[in-house]
Amino acid sequence: MRVLVGVKRVVDYAVKVRVAADKKAVDLANVKMSMNPFCEIAVEEAVRLKEAKKATEIIAVSIGPKAAAETIRTALAMGCDRGIHLTTDARTDQELGPNSVAKLLAKVVEEESPDAIILGKQSIDGDFGCTGAMLAEHLKIPQCTFAATIDFDAKTVERETDTGTEVVSFPSLPAVFTADLRLNEPRYATLPNIMKAKKKKIDTKAADSLGVELNEGNTVLEVFEPPPREAGIFVDDVDGLVDKLKNEAGVL
Amino acid sequence: MLSKIIRPTSRRLIPRYFSASPEVEDAAQPTSAHAQLPYVTPLREMNFVLNEVHDAPTHYKNLGFEDCTPDFLDAINSECARFAQEKLAPLYSSGDAEGCKYLPNTDVRTPKGYKEAYEEFSEGGWNGLTVPEEYGGQGMPLSLGVMKSEIIGTANWAWSMYPGLSMGAMNTLILHASDEQKETYLTKLASGEWSGTMCLTEPHCGTDLGQVSTRATDNGDGSYNVTGTKVYISGGEHDLAENIVHIVLARLPGAPEGTKGISLFLVPKYVPNEEGELTEEILGAEKNVTCVGIEDKMGIKSSATSVMGFENSKGWLIGEANDGLEQMFTFMNTARLGTAMQGVCHMERAYQGALPWAMDRASMRSLSGKKYPEDVADKIIVHPDVRKNLLTIKALCEGGRSMIYDAALKADGMINEDPAVRDKCEEELGLHTPTMKAFLTELGCDAAQLGMQVYGGAGFIKDYGMEQIYRDAKISTLYEGTTGVQALDLLGRKIVLDKGKELRKQVQLQISDAWSIGTSQTARNHGLTGHALEIGKLSAQWATTAMRIVAGAAKNRDIIGTASTDYLMFSGYISCGYQWLKMMHAAGKALDANPDMSESDKIFYQSKLDTGNFYFNRLLPKAYTHRDMAVKNPDSIMDLPMEGWDLATTLPSDSGDAYAGYKVE
Repeated sequence: MRVLVGVKRVVDYAVKVRVAADKKAVDLANVKMSMNPFCEIAVEEAVRLKEAKKATEIIAVSIGPKAAAETIRTALAMGCDRGIHLTTDARTDQELGPNSVAKLLAKVVEEESPDAIILGKQSIDGDFGCTGAMLAEHLKIPQCTFAATIDFDAKTVERETDTGTEVVSFPSLPAVFTADLRLNEPRYATLPNIMKAKKKKIDTKAADSLGVELNEGNTVLEVFEPPPREAGIFVDDVDGLVDKLKNEAGVL
Repeated sequence: MLSKIIRPTSRRLIPRYFSASPEVEDAAQPTSAHAQLPYVTPLREMNFVLNEVHDAPTHYKNLGFEDCTPDFLDAINSECARFAQEKLAPLYSSGDAEGCKYLPNTDVRTPKGYKEAYEEFSEGGWNGLTVPEEYGGQGMPLSLGVMKSEIIGTANWAWSMYPGLSMGAMNTLILHASDEQKETYLTKLASGEWSGTMCLTEPHCGTDLGQVSTRATDNGDGSYNVTGTKVYISGGEHDLAENIVHIVLARLPGAPEGTKGISLFLVPKYVPNEEGELTEEILGAEKNVTCVGIEDKMGIKSSATSVMGFENSKGWLIGEANDGLEQMFTFMNTARLGTAMQGVCHMERAYQGALPWAMDRASMRSLSGKKYPEDVADKIIVHPDVRKNLLTIKALCEGGRSMIYDAALKADGMINEDPAVRDKCEEELGLHTPTMKAFLTELGCDAAQLGMQVYGGAGFIKDYGMEQIYRDAKISTLYEGTTGVQALDLLGRKIVLDKGKELRKQVQLQISDAWSIGTSQTARNHGLTGHALEIGKLSAQWATTAMRIVAGAAKNRDIIGTASTDYLMFSGYISCGYQWLKMMHAAGKALDANPDMSESDKIFYQSKLDTGNFYFNRLLPKAYTHRDMAVKNPDSIMDLPMEGWDLATTLPSDSGDAYAGYKVE
């Protein structure tokens, strides 16, 4: 089985982002960037498949600026075999949204014919959570999103939902899987693998050259910080709580 | 009770993203009752010093390490940083609170989480980073090991001493052990499967190793029986690895007295079988070396500082008989470098702990008008004394880092095959390492105290975490050669015995660099000319002060001793200033070369210029006092007679001559 894994270069989870002066985007100047945490989980899952001899080749693909090559290198250091880098200067947290990414990935899938495509369930900058589903739709193949476990032998996936875990089965490969938090805990790259990663191949092409129309169909009007949290109030008793929840907050 | 104490909002915890899920959370993680000072590896600082100040890329290319490009180094350091931030830093306070436990069966248990972290560290291949590839290492230059030790050492110094002492054992074996010894022991040390220690100190001698009395007798079959007691052995016993490889100084029968009669032995905790393996039987039998106890210390509490008992313990000679101290001295420089690093590590920890507090804590108003008029008081970062304390830590930390990386790159020559390269490397380093070790560790302790000072009373309270940094830092001025010993080594051996040869070379280099920098356009653009001039003058005085001391010592040998510590601090301030001059020059050049650089880049480089200005204006002046003290008359130190010391307990006059036994010849 050959596996394609998507990895995205995003703002590091620990960074406190600020809105840019023009209020059109987040200020990314010299902010620490890292691999999207859910993409790390996706890579980890693919590498474990290789270690269990269920996968023979893992390809890491990223769409982003020149520096996204570092993210691919990290994936290679974790155990992927080779990388594909679609370069773009469009902002991957805004202009290049899930639909564009899904269309680009669909082209890569058509060329590489992987048996399984594993993505993170969402990226922590855009937080759309749509790319995996859109990709499956474009390719007209099964999708198992928010995966907490994937069983390639039984062809079942446990999905995380707001109300609990749901077990679904997929009829065949190729299929798209998106990784949720509990799928696994990603490894730290070992030194020998960091060294080996230097020698692994990354194919670089311009995202524009794939013949895909990159039109997201929406525009960002404004970016602003959430309003600061206001002080809470004390209620006297349970009745008072119920009253406030029903009549003021309107949630009952 | 502890959980009800109100924590300041300024202590931001760096969340581990995946800890949001209780199932994923590691059971070995400490509870939230422990202080969690923030720690973020200063990768940008490290890269600036390496690449922009010391031209590491050219250095590595010249040495044949083509792989060591800035990207590659950044990839390695970033991964190490992740591990340090996520696995080691969270154990800093809890490890100190729990400490190590000596068990009745002579085993030692390390604090919760330490074993898991060590296993992950070993799995990552970090133990073997600088070990030759034929023994399972990655064959990287020694300087990468220095970077690794900064990252893990700042996160959790005591934890880092376990792999740190293994590194000492590994370096010794790499240079001096036989091929079979390397095959059996070095490979397993590089993988982390076994760990190592350095057993030099005995109850009656630490500084004065000529007094070592541990004995070794020849068994006739290539092995030796080693008997004696070693103390203050870091990592002497623990539960992190299956076996511990002790490198031991001992005396053979009939060996010459003093320093010329000491040999080096390899004595493992468990003796492996012929295949180099530890079978169940071996592990179940009595230990070859036993830990007799561990020390209860002021700091580095999670490091198991052990008393080791050797009783006819089986060992093997490393290298030639009576060569022991020579072999130990090969690594004197790198060991001192490593300890100097501890100074910088604690400065960095203190800064990262103190800065958020100063930015958030509100107290009083600025002397020059309200700076936070809507708030009830101003954040204390507006107050000059607080700023001075923080800037002191910052300037010494960044300057110290540059001093160490400069030396670390030079130290790459230490394991070169060509002995001429190794000798030159040792001469260059030999002049700097005693200064770096003593200067940066003494000031590391000062920085840790200043960090506490910023917190006020809270700095004294364990819950806030700042006091631990000081407790951990304090050992650094004591071990690996006390400050006093470093000073004697610098002045007595490296300058006087050397007849000032290496000193002159370094002085010439500094004056020449100060000249080129001082006459450059960059200097004119950024006000560096005055600083360059001062470094030039001080460098000359560095030599002339030594000359004055030597002249005085010709009449009175004690002058070497009364002058040495001040001379060492004098040297330290000059060296640090020299590094600051280079850093300011690199920053100014960067600003001038790329006026379109991003805002945050501008802030970074400007901060270098501003911090450097602080160093020259407020810290470097201390050099002059130390210079003046170094050439003072020794009489007030040496003249006080034995009777004059102890007036509080002087016996009444009718009890006879109480000091009969104390007459000084």
